[in-house]
Amino acid sequence: MDDQYLLSMKNISKEYFGNRVLKGVNLNVKPGEIHALVGENGAGKSTLMNILFGMPVIYSTGGFEGEIQINGESISIDSPHTAMNCGIGMVHQEFMLIPEFNVTENIKLGREIGEPTALSKIFGNLLEKMNWTQMSKEARKALDSIGMMNIDEYAKVAGMPIGYKQFIEIAREIDKTGIKLLVFDEPTAVLTEGEADRLLEIMRLIAEKGIAIIFITHRLTEVMAVADSMTILRDGEFVVRKDVKDITLAKIAELMIGRQIDKLVDDSLLASRNLSDDKIALEFKDYHVDMPGERVKGMNIKIREGEIFGFGGLAGQGKIGIANGIIGLFETQGDVFAFGKRLDLSKLGEALRNDIAFVSEDRRGVGLLLGESVERNITFTAMQIKDQFLRRIGPMKILDKAKADQHTREMIKLFDIRCTGPSQTAGSLSGGNQQKVCLARAITMDPKILIVSEPTRGIDIGAKKLVLEYLTKINREQGTTIVMISSELVELRSLCDRIAIVSEGKVFSVMKPDDSDAAFGLAMAGVREEEAV
Amino acid sequence: MSQKTDFFKKAGSFLFDNKVMIAFAAICLAAIVLSGSPMTFIVDGVFTRITRNTFTVLALIIPVLAGLGLNFGIVIGAIAAQIAVFCVVYWGLGGFGGMLLSVLIATPLAVLFGYLVGKLFNRMKGAEMIAGLILGYFADGLYQLLFLVIIGGVIPVNNPKLIISGGVGVKNTIDLTGNLKYAIDSVRMVDIVTVVFYVVLAVTLIKVILHLLKKYQLNKGDFIFFGIVGLLFGISYIPVVEKFLSTDRLILLDALTAVLIVLAILQLIKIVRSIWIDKEPLKTLVKPIVTLLVYGLIYALTFIPEIEEVLSYVKLPVLPFLLIAGLCWFNQKILSTRLGQNMRTVGQSQSVAMASGIDVDKTRVIAMIISTVLASWGQLIFLQNIGTFSTYGAHTQIAQFAIAALLVGGASVQKATNKQAIIGVILFHTLFIVAPEAGKQLFDNAQIGEYFRVFVSYGVIALSLAMHAWTQFKKEVQPPTGGADLEIPALPAVTVKQQTLK
Repeated sequence: MDDQYLLSMKNISKEYFGNRVLKGVNLNVKPGEIHALVGENGAGKSTLMNILFGMPVIYSTGGFEGEIQINGESISIDSPHTAMNCGIGMVHQEFMLIPEFNVTENIKLGREIGEPTALSKIFGNLLEKMNWTQMSKEARKALDSIGMMNIDEYAKVAGMPIGYKQFIEIAREIDKTGIKLLVFDEPTAVLTEGEADRLLEIMRLIAEKGIAIIFITHRLTEVMAVADSMTILRDGEFVVRKDVKDITLAKIAELMIGRQIDKLVDDSLLASRNLSDDKIALEFKDYHVDMPGERVKGMNIKIREGEIFGFGGLAGQGKIGIANGIIGLFETQGDVFAFGKRLDLSKLGEALRNDIAFVSEDRRGVGLLLGESVERNITFTAMQIKDQFLRRIGPMKILDKAKADQHTREMIKLFDIRCTGPSQTAGSLSGGNQQKVCLARAITMDPKILIVSEPTRGIDIGAKKLVLEYLTKINREQGTTIVMISSELVELRSLCDRIAIVSEGKVFSVMKPDDSDAAFGLAMAGVREEEAV
Repeated sequence: MSQKTDFFKKAGSFLFDNKVMIAFAAICLAAIVLSGSPMTFIVDGVFTRITRNTFTVLALIIPVLAGLGLNFGIVIGAIAAQIAVFCVVYWGLGGFGGMLLSVLIATPLAVLFGYLVGKLFNRMKGAEMIAGLILGYFADGLYQLLFLVIIGGVIPVNNPKLIISGGVGVKNTIDLTGNLKYAIDSVRMVDIVTVVFYVVLAVTLIKVILHLLKKYQLNKGDFIFFGIVGLLFGISYIPVVEKFLSTDRLILLDALTAVLIVLAILQLIKIVRSIWIDKEPLKTLVKPIVTLLVYGLIYALTFIPEIEEVLSYVKLPVLPFLLIAGLCWFNQKILSTRLGQNMRTVGQSQSVAMASGIDVDKTRVIAMIISTVLASWGQLIFLQNIGTFSTYGAHTQIAQFAIAALLVGGASVQKATNKQAIIGVILFHTLFIVAPEAGKQLFDNAQIGEYFRVFVSYGVIALSLAMHAWTQFKKEVQPPTGGADLEIPALPAVTVKQQTLK
């Protein structure tokens, strides 16, 4: 029965350090079919593809469970090379092209055709002479077969439009002999609309030749336009395999998100707050941040005093850029007002001096001084900005060790930071405890606005709950305005008052936490509800 | 109008691309004028230094292409050469045979050292240059241990000419006169022709044997090449030619004439081919004809008495120049092999190379071995030409000077060509020759000129590295910008239909 499928991955499970990221997932693809693989960030799509390609990261972390069959035959793929030999190819998201080489050289990269010479007979094929005539002929054929007649096989790749680069990569995969299955990993993410349409056409063209395609994308409209069937993953679990003609856009969105939302917030506390549109804590006007990969392109939003405001959205859409811009890590344009006062973000530390504290998503890079003690990490920013924990002796400022120590011990107790004491280095703590140290440092600043970026990334459930509860607590008890940026919608919906979904660097829509799953799913995919019907 | 702006644009980008070289040429020119030294002195000095140093500079090209940057590790190749020279001198050998023995000793040592350096560089990716620099100092320490303590101290060596009077350690300078001095320079042209003929004869015979064993397909080119070499060998028996060829030095004037004749013949062959064989339009003939005229003009210039005087004064050793030409040819040829293509790929992007199934580490090690071996040969050429072997100083500066010369020629950490190497050697060493005199004329102090050239050589390296770091930084900060919207080509006539699935 199974031999109708070219590829079937059965009951695949995978664990990373005790964290199950795939739980019995099935993936079946027929020859000549375009099969979409959809799911939120972290649903397990990349892990599944890494398993398919036999990436070293899978084997260095203990392998996986389950079975992979190609044409009904069970095979074991233990390296990318084996995957290649099995006829599996991949069109990469970051281009695997060399700009200084021409198109032929790029298409034939690592598979050059050589002519034997007298020396190569003696010293092996490394001394074979390259046969460029033959290679350019084959490159031309591959380009023609995907309809790219107007790419010159002798042209240099540098300076070509991104779309062309993508097509050259596809031509390279097509040129490989015996290719049966091509994986497109978010191929349209970097393309313009015209290029994306062209790409979809080419995908159909390739499928016509009997080559199966696995299409990973967040753009659900493209799935509807081009795919024959789809598999939906959610939280590492297999949800459903369906033919596209049997499903609607709204239904896909719902299946991607659908899960129980637990309200963390005690509603009795909620009543005591008085949120008003007149009291604005933070306002963005035409705000741009030039953060590579997470660009913000003209954002307008007002965040009320005492509010917990969430920014959600897919990776790469710009939500991470918002916080990094305010704190001064990347260049910004436009205006940001804190309590009505315009911030001059070109000055480093401006946000901190205006009572805005920040917990970075990049804990180990930006958030912590890994080689320093917990105590120094907690007190460092306050020492720099607010002259706390310092004693003045004449013109000199000297660390007030006793005060810092006492404060650190309080924080360790408050957050339940599991460490040997204030002097343990931050780098030797576990992820969750490191995150608590970051939070403790932000709290030490006694901020009026606290910006937390991906506060629960990579930490275990217990720590997650504690962090979220604490955020709610300081919001309720001290009236701190909290801006929370997170990829996990569940988390945002469990404590935020409002959630802005960021798409292509702009606020796509501002939603309430109790809006429907389908509404959230569509907003994340950048589809207006009226289009989805 | 647009042609004019186009011209200016092109000229502008030419100036910008060659800014280092042009700036250096200007400095050289100024220094030549200021020094007031006679041209015969300058040109003679420059050619002597080309003989000595070009080979080593050319040895740097392959690591640059393979992405290893400027190979400061060539010091280690030089050390291999110096160990070989010491052995040969100790055994009392000399002449061309002694030189061949030095090559035989130096090469395996250099292969071993290059392999080890390559292994080390693979563990220090991204920091090859600093690693090479420090490794050079470290190797110098080991070298001193060997020459100052082990030779005489551990290995008994009894040779009052080489060993310090206490019996332990090698003397500060070793005189190569009478053994290895001019061992390569003094090879007669007629001998070169003879050896080349027999080598080509042997290679052709091997090819014929391989052909008969059906392992190799003989082609026309093989026979034509053999024919030309055979013809030259035959000509060398004509008494006039034989007399001309029986010297080891070539007057620069004759060398220039010979080179012009060969180039002119090549151009003529090109013209003949394009008219009668390829039947190309006459327009394509413009370029070769203009080139021919330029050659003629250059030849005419040699009749100007001042120029003629200089050209007839300078005498070139033949074999070193042939070796330099051979290395240029090798650097070119290796690029057209699979190994060369792998090196270029690795040099451009290691991650892409790895994803394409290229053994990145192995390719880098091979590049290092080739470079180290070539550097050791370069040092042999250097030592035999200079004639005295400064035991503890000959190798210490070669990496800095060779790299500075390459950079002056316009090369960068990522790109280097034969042409840049040769131009660099000429400019850098011209400055070396004239700077002290220019300093003396200008400041009445030769020392200042000396300072100036040291300052310049290190300054050029520092500037080039800083510029490299700067472009790298710019690349990292500026992510790729989105291209213009794609012009969508017409699809071929393929009906695009949705697959029907059963």
